[in-house]
Amino acid sequence: MSPMLEVTGLGHTYEAKDGAHTAISGLSFTVENGELLCVVGPSGCGKSTLLRAISGLIRPSEGTVSLHGTPVEGVPADLAVVFQDYSRSLFPWLSVQRNVEFPLRDLPRAERHERAEEALAAVGLSAAARKHPWQLSGGMQQRVAIARALAYRPALLLMDEPFASVDAQTRFELEDLLLRVRREQETTVMLVTHDIDESVYLGDRVLVLSKSPATAVAALDVPLGAEREQIATRASEEFVDLRARVAGLLQAREPVEA
Amino acid sequence: MNLLTRFTQHWAVFLVAVAAWELLTRLAGSPFFPPPSTIAPIMVDQWFSATFFDHMVPGVGRMLLGWALAAVLGVALGILLGRSARAIAYLGPLFAFMRSIPPPLLVPFFVAAVGVTDMQLPTIVFGALWPVLLNTVDGASGVDATKVDTARVFRLSPAQWTLGVVLPAALPKVFAGLRVSLSIAVVVMVVSELVGSVNGIGYLLVQAQQFYDLPVMWAWIVTLGVLGYLFNSLLLAAERRALAWQPRHSLEAQTLATGG
Amino acid sequence: MPSGLVGMVGLFAVWEAASRSEVVPSNYLVPPSIVLPTMVSMLGDIEFLRAVIATVLAAVIALAIAVAVAVPAGLVLGSVPAVRRAAMTLVEFLRPIPSVALIPLAMMTFGTGPETKITLAVYAAVWPILFNTIYALDELDPLHVDTARAFGTSRVGVLTRVALPSAAPFVLTGVRLSAAMALAVVVSTELLSGGTPGIGRYIMVANSSGSYMDEVLAGTVLAGLIGYAANAGLERLHRRLFSWSTPKGVDQ
Repeated sequence: MSPMLEVTGLGHTYEAKDGAHTAISGLSFTVENGELLCVVGPSGCGKSTLLRAISGLIRPSEGTVSLHGTPVEGVPADLAVVFQDYSRSLFPWLSVQRNVEFPLRDLPRAERHERAEEALAAVGLSAAARKHPWQLSGGMQQRVAIARALAYRPALLLMDEPFASVDAQTRFELEDLLLRVRREQETTVMLVTHDIDESVYLGDRVLVLSKSPATAVAALDVPLGAEREQIATRASEEFVDLRARVAGLLQAREPVEA
Repeated sequence: MNLLTRFTQHWAVFLVAVAAWELLTRLAGSPFFPPPSTIAPIMVDQWFSATFFDHMVPGVGRMLLGWALAAVLGVALGILLGRSARAIAYLGPLFAFMRSIPPPLLVPFFVAAVGVTDMQLPTIVFGALWPVLLNTVDGASGVDATKVDTARVFRLSPAQWTLGVVLPAALPKVFAGLRVSLSIAVVVMVVSELVGSVNGIGYLLVQAQQFYDLPVMWAWIVTLGVLGYLFNSLLLAAERRALAWQPRHSLEAQTLATGG
Repeated sequence: MPSGLVGMVGLFAVWEAASRSEVVPSNYLVPPSIVLPTMVSMLGDIEFLRAVIATVLAAVIALAIAVAVAVPAGLVLGSVPAVRRAAMTLVEFLRPIPSVALIPLAMMTFGTGPETKITLAVYAAVWPILFNTIYALDELDPLHVDTARAFGTSRVGVLTRVALPSAAPFVLTGVRLSAAMALAVVVSTELLSGGTPGIGRYIMVANSSGSYMDEVLAGTVLAGLIGYAANAGLERLHRRLFSWSTPKGVDQ
């Protein structure tokens, strides 16, 4: 069986008037079914470009992306993205409930409601269904965006720095929420972050990218088990060790055998 | 402050102002400035006689129809063109030029082109179109990149994208444009009727001028103020409903700045 | 060719075609191939130039008076809530009166001299400046005020060195909107009153003599160009003076 996502020799160059800029080059990796892969790289290394190429928002200059065996051309139907900028990604003129239902237009009304309610319950926002996004805190808005993506039931959920714009406390809560939800719903997730700790805490595997143009430096397995806990896990020896290795790899420029 | 005291204060100020107006005009005794006690009965007569149906209804009807046509046309075109950077680059300056033509100047052209009896409506449409169009273009082109990406990721249909994302995102700007257009429509209505018409408030204003009937002129001016206030309040109420999703502050600030 | 000009050229092309093909009778919609040369030759006519200058001058004077009245009034209304509540009630009833409705009255009261059109234009131009000034004070960042106060700035200092500079971009936006209003009212008054020279008057005369549609259209296009130039000039000034400010006040 083919992997959920297969990226082969991916490269992208932006053409600009003052010369071309290569954001990513020669990038190859896979995401297995049911896996949570964290992609970590220094700021500005081309993580967003990678995500846009995988989601079909841009056509990469080189290489291929295939989603369960089918090459990606345009945005695939069974893929959802959670963006960093939740305040812009949500539609301010719609209630929370309607935001979650928004991409489900083709479904019958009853099923739309049901799916939205289920997704809102999963992120603990059932009580806020009738509110408008601006009435919620940043962390709650991002939960709405996650609920919207979940209600869409994608085969692959992409997350672009999803917790980078919320405070540290909320961030921990949302990380645990993500771990719980993907366990319950068996979602395949690829999450892009610049935060080393986050990548280790969340990931089944961590893919380390180099500075721009981004290439894969290494992919590490994270043998921390399915149950993780913010304080104990982060204090464990394996966690500290893994974090140090990821940090070390981020410094390296050349691919290393992990 | 609660709503009731605010309401009372509002009308108290208004009544004091009218009393002062009455007092000053009586003291001055100038024929050019009749007191409100003279003006009010004339207004009552204007509103509750055949004049209402013979002049106010046709004139104001043309104004509202022209404004509505301009609104529909402006919003539709603005949404269509606003998402194309190329269309804006080519047509933006042209639209800005069209808006810069003082709307009353269109009256002579339309008088010649369609004749004195029929020129009011096209003149109003032409004058009121540009603010709606330009504001809609502005609102539609301002949809942020994250929303564009979100819409693409969820594979929205063109109809859902246009009506579900671009239109609501542009709506605050659209309403600002509608308000400006409404006041232009009133201005063009009056000017076109002053220049030449067989009915309408402007027509009666010119008649009153010819008979040196100052109280009647004043009555029509106050009536126009009342009508303007009425239509503007209705539009504001519609806006509040349509934009209820906006945080309160931005709505009020916007209303103030555009002179709502 | 800059892309913006393409649109204008396109308009002239459509206009030319519509007029030549007689879709619209060409004695009304005179083609631009006649109108544009007419405009050039009109600009060589001293009589017409005087009319243009008279119109522009009246609008500029009206605008200056409106600024002198509306900015101080806006500052007071924006900073003293009690005065504001009372005054806004009156403003709410005064503002909806379309200035052009006052033309017949003003002609009888003040006569048909230039002061009539200037007075009416002031009345129309005051509102956008007034509202934008009040709005500017509402939008004044309290943190800026606190910062200035923390550095020991006096109340007057806060007004002159913090409030006024941050209000200035909004005021200029108001002035830009008012400029269009002032021009429209001046031209309307000229259309309707026989007395003073101006573009409106010139167009009215050309129109009433029937056969001068080319002059009517040339004058209209020229008035549009003047309005466009005024708007573009004020926008440029805005960018130059206030390159530091992201919000431009509320544009319409």
